[in-house]
Amino acid sequence: MNNHLTWALLGLTALLISPVASAQKTTAEGIAEYRAMLADGNPAELYEAKGEALWKQARGPKNASLEKCDLGKGAGVVKGAFVELPRFFKDTQRVQDLESRLLTCMDVQQGLDVVEIAKTRFGAGEQKNIESLVAYISGESRGMKFNLPQAHAQEKLMYEVGKKVFYLRAGPMDFSCASCHSEDNKRIRLQDLPNLTKQPGASVGFGSWPAYRVSAGDLWSMQRRLNDCYRQQRFPYPGYASDVTVALGVYMGVASKGGVSTAPALKR
Amino acid sequence: MTPTAQDIDLATSQAMKSSFRDQGNAKLDRLTLDASNQACSESEGAALEDKLGKAIEEANLKTVKFPADGKLIGNWAEGERVAQSGRGLTWTDSATAANGGSCYNCHQISKTELSYGSIGPSLYNYGKLRGVTDPTAVASKPIVDYTWGKLWNSKAYNACSGMPRFGHANILTEQQIKDVMALLLDPKSPVNQ
Repeated sequence: MNNHLTWALLGLTALLISPVASAQKTTAEGIAEYRAMLADGNPAELYEAKGEALWKQARGPKNASLEKCDLGKGAGVVKGAFVELPRFFKDTQRVQDLESRLLTCMDVQQGLDVVEIAKTRFGAGEQKNIESLVAYISGESRGMKFNLPQAHAQEKLMYEVGKKVFYLRAGPMDFSCASCHSEDNKRIRLQDLPNLTKQPGASVGFGSWPAYRVSAGDLWSMQRRLNDCYRQQRFPYPGYASDVTVALGVYMGVASKGGVSTAPALKR
Repeated sequence: MTPTAQDIDLATSQAMKSSFRDQGNAKLDRLTLDASNQACSESEGAALEDKLGKAIEEANLKTVKFPADGKLIGNWAEGERVAQSGRGLTWTDSATAANGGSCYNCHQISKTELSYGSIGPSLYNYGKLRGVTDPTAVASKPIVDYTWGKLWNSKAYNACSGMPRFGHANILTEQQIKDVMALLLDPKSPVNQ
């Protein structure tokens, strides 16, 4: 076990065994304290470093790096790309989020089998590499403000689709994203829920993923975060980088306009 | 350049169709919306027009089934277990294990459980505040029946309620609902101390 993780577990234990009085301290305060303890050691940094190496490493049947990948700001430009995604891409004629765009680059630049990668379970095989890549790419925009482009008709349409999907109630429990994320100051159990429909909640929520998730001991991408939301919504399984997930990214990203990206952040 | 409502509806239904697949017990038929979910999705959080809201509530009220044996109050300690459990119906849950009510996810209920959510109102002292000293008494019948109906199908009283329809959607069994009723209404339940 590395040092970061040891400290993380000690911190968690301290929170769990706190007396009742401090348990009643708001969850936000407890988590803020816990994050402060880890401020100089978010394990996401390890993923960022690995992601940077992966970005520059020649891989795949074409033995090429991703350095010619266009994330929206020109071939190879990483800084600032994250806070403008998802956006429309001319070459694919689609609105893409970071992960669907990475699949395009891994296909075109490196010749990897991206259909297979999209089917791979989270945390395994090439999905493991994607975790590191999204940590690196998002980290290069840390502290920058969200400013998704909305000029293209497809971008406007995907925003509206994302909004519809956000409010779509279904499944045996009649849940939608809005069930948990459309009001201020709500909690599930002790977990604070960001209101993702407007600022500041939108960028607090959307703007912290990808994140190192202490409870999972792993770095979760936005796709993985959305996948687990849908699991708990009791919906069927959303495909990796599917249109619904990209549309939600546009909706939440546009709602985050002006908010600061803290990804890859540290989560419980 | 702004998409029309028709463009948006078409693109949304295409995206929904292409994006999901069956996994475990979570099948695609879960994405078929009934009239309530259709109306409450479309309203995007805004209140429904009066007439539509009333029609939805009436239709949902008709689905409420009362127990054949006439007994509405079970065991509060069992009810506490149901209220604590958030298990069931996700694609990682077994289809045969008992579902929970996930009640504490959204509500304060007993005073001793500090880990409760705030999406729904506090239910602490639920029966006591409503003057229920004997849930089987005739005087208690209106509130007891309402509570049964609310647990069975919350949309019978509030068309776009955020609460699941525990009986109507087969989330909890009749016995589990009786036990949650006891948790809320039995004077001996810790909720009413």
